This record gives sequence, structure tokens and C-alpha cells, in this order.
Amino acid sequence: MTQTDTLAPRPALPWIRLDGPEPFVEGRLCRACGARTAATHLACPACGARDSIETYRAPTTGKLLAYSIVRRSYPGVPVPFISAIVDLDDGLTLKGNLINVAAEPQALPVGMPVRMVFGDALGRTDKDGASYVAFFFEPSA
Amino acid sequence: MSENVYILGIDMLKFGKYPDRTFAQLGGEAALLALDDAGLGVHDVQAMYCGSVFGAYDMTGQAIMREIGQTGIPVTNISNACATGASAFREAWIAVKSGLYDVVLAVGVEKMPRGMLGAGHETGISLEGLFGSASMPAVFAESGMEHAGKYGTTFEQFAKVSVKNHHHSTMNPKAVYQKETPLEEVMGSEMIAYPNTKLMCSVNVDGSAAAVVVSEKKARELGLTRAIRVLASALASDPWNPRNPIMPDVNGCTQLAAKSAYEQAGIDPLDVSLVELHDCFATAELLHYENLQLCGLGEAGRLIDEGVTALGGRVPVNVSGGLLSKGHPLGATGIANMYEVALHLRGEAGARQVPGAKIGLTHVVGLGTASAVHLFEKA
Ligand SMILES: [Zn+2]
Repeated sequence: MTQTDTLAPRPALPWIRLDGPEPFVEGRLCRACGARTAATHLACPACGARDSIETYRAPTTGKLLAYSIVRRSYPGVPVPFISAIVDLDDGLTLKGNLINVAAEPQALPVGMPVRMVFGDALGRTDKDGASYVAFFFEPSA
Repeated sequence: MSENVYILGIDMLKFGKYPDRTFAQLGGEAALLALDDAGLGVHDVQAMYCGSVFGAYDMTGQAIMREIGQTGIPVTNISNACATGASAFREAWIAVKSGLYDVVLAVGVEKMPRGMLGAGHETGISLEGLFGSASMPAVFAESGMEHAGKYGTTFEQFAKVSVKNHHHSTMNPKAVYQKETPLEEVMGSEMIAYPNTKLMCSVNVDGSAAAVVVSEKKARELGLTRAIRVLASALASDPWNPRNPIMPDVNGCTQLAAKSAYEQAGIDPLDVSLVELHDCFATAELLHYENLQLCGLGEAGRLIDEGVTALGGRVPVNVSGGLLSKGHPLGATGIANMYEVALHLRGEAGARQVPGAKIGLTHVVGLGTASAVHLFEKA
């Protein structure tokens, strides 16, 4: 058995949790003001409260807020892909690839219901040979 | 404290590629031109602020002084993303306004790396194309599409911004391009990140610009004939927005800076004769019409359709050609915008002169996020 085979997949973003039965996004909620973020901060960025942050499991459904159909990216990045901003049902905003839909403006109405799905990070591995888990969005209607 | 603060001299190099020139040479040339414009020499300068993004780690300000004269004055290097040049200018304004100095030099200079600019935090793998795109064309496309989703703004309306700004630059010899781009050409050029085509993305070029900032006392001593009064200098960082920075917010920051600038100057947005704003991408220009209160929310598409912001319209925007066609050397852009406004207020803008220009506004915004808004009038 090579070392690669033994490496567990790693989260492609710090807020993706892989230690439950299913992967999920862990959000952060400020008890003082209700602000939600994915990233961690020393204090709440919305109200400045300290020790007010609790973590929670983010929902997997939301709506498309905005997108771009990317046809030229950095060298070596396969195109086209749809870069999408999604407001989850609880108000947490995430950015991800929108998949399983035509890369055409007509197919991408703002407000379109989407769901978050988890999967391998498009075959990308790090210097240790470890694979990664990412989330994607797809139309849910 | 100085009652008023003035720009006495200001100039810029033509934006373009300068592979054989250093940051210090480019910045030094603009500094000398600005000093000449003010009728002053390096020995008159009491402090200097140098704005540069890619040259900020190399003590570029001091290297500029080695090009133009090492008088031993305090020199400070500033980096603040696309608001770098305007931030350097603002430090000069603060230094004079405080009463500490009578003559301060602000320089913005940049040599740009090749290729597409962008950001992206890394774990162990590249995230571009995995969680959408962090490239600048895509990020600003998404901001535009948020506007489109709210107000029905169209690809064609965004494209018209490029048509207008490229047209303006045909009258600006210091712009990197002087070439008309009809609507079909803009919409039909290579799609980079829908709805931004190649002709809707600003041009990565090298360049520099500089301004000599003086006190009321010094301006009166030297004569106010060509002096430009600084009516307001505002700088803001990004206020809390639940989507930022997952979706970088260029609106809140600009709105804060604009509000502060109008309050400082005690003027109404409708008093503004011309605007040089941060059209890093065509999608961004329309957002800033609303952020800078040139129109109400959701009205930006109508403004571009009706030619309100073209030369000859009620409030011409980016008559220099803007970042889209004049070029966008990050650290130099903020002061170059002020140079354009100064030309118009002095009545020296030639074919693109905004007739009877009284008050000019300059705006920049850099992701991360920093936005500066300045207001100027002829002394
Ligand atoms: Zn809070």
C-alpha cells in the first residue's frame, strides 16, 4: 500500500467539516447581533462583541444571488465554469461552482433555488498526494 | 492648521509599457513635471508620500528622491490596493491641513506584472475554478450581475460604458489607447467572465502621476491663478456586509467615502461637473453612479442609455478614457484621476474639455477594501 492510499481526504476550505457522517459547512453565528460568517475572527466583525460566536451546521439549500460565466481564468484552469454567489437559507453567503446547468445567462435566473453538494475537489491533490473535498451548487428545482 | 489646501502642480506620464524604466525613474519624472507645473523645485518640498502597490516593499519613495534630489525630508511609502495613489495624496493633504508643512509632494507609480490579477486564499491546493473564480474580471462581473438581478441592468448597458470611455480616450494623448470601439466590437470581443468581455476590462499598464500639495499661505504667496482647492478628502474601509468578503463589496465602502466627501464640502451631488471614477471593469462603473449619488438606486442603466455620463451630458464620467482605456497602473491611478479633473477645472483639457467645469470628483476603490473620494474646485 502506498502512502497516498492511506491519506484521508482533506477539506478544501477551512469551514468544510469532514468529521461527521456527511461533509458539511460549519458556519459561525454571533449571539449578540445575529451576524453569520464562514471564516473565524477574533471578535464579531459586525458588532465587535467578543466571546459571542457559536458554530452551527449550515443548511444545504439557498438561492442564486449573482454569477459570472468564466471563460478565461488563470493559466491551466479549465474553463468554462460558472462562478456563483449563493445566499443559503439561513443568510450565510458562500461562493462556489454552479454545476449541472448550462453555462448560458438564460439558464441562470437570479433567485434560482440551488442546493449544495459535496464531492472530490476536481482531482486536485497537494504535495503530499492527498485529495480534497469541496462543495458545489446545483439547481434544486 | 491650514484653512484650505491646494494642488499647485500636478502631472502624469502617458500610461503604457515602460520595460526599460525603473519605478524610481517613472515616479521621479512625474514628480519633476508636477514641480515644474507648480513653479517649485525639490528644495521647496518638505515631505513626500509615495504610493505604489508592487513597489511598496522596495522603498520606492526614497529611490525617487535619489532621482530628483536627496534633501533628507521625511518620505513615507504607501500601499492600499487600487486606492494607493489617492491614499498617498490624502496623506499629503493631511500633512498640509494639519499645519505641519506648507509644501508636500504626493507621487503614485506602478509597474504592473503581466497577466490577470486576482486573489485567492490557498489551502493545500489551488482554489481557482473550484470555488468559483477569484479573478478580478469574474469578481466584478458578479457585482454587476447582482445589480442586473435587482434592477434588470443588461449586458448591453454594461458594454456601453466601454464604448463611451474608449470614445473619450480618443481625445486624450496620455491614454494608452486612442481607439473607438463600437458596441458590436465591445460585445463581440473575447468573453473573459460574463458579462465582462476583454474590451470591458481595464488595461494593465505602467505609469506615474504626481501632485504638489500646498497650504493656504503658500498658495497665496505663489499665486492662485492655476491652483485647485481641495474641497474634500475622504477615505473609507469596508463596513460590515454579511456577504463580504466571500463576495467582495465595493459598494458600501464607496458609499461611505462619498457621503463623507459631500458632507465635508457642503455640496450636493448634483453640483458635480465631472467625475473620474474607478471603472476597473465596465460592470463597476454603473454601480458607482449610484454609490456616488449621481443618480438614484437602479437608475444607472438609464444614465448610460441616455448619455448623461458622456462628454456633453449632465455629468460626464471618465472623460480621460477611464481605467478601461487610459489604463490602470494601480498606484498611479488615483493621482492620475486628479490630474484629469485639474485639467478641466483649469480649462486646459483641449478637445475633451467639459465646458464650464466648476467642481470635479475623483474616486477609487481597491478590494480588501479601501475607497477614496476627493472633491476639487478651481481656486
Ligand atoms: Zn455580532
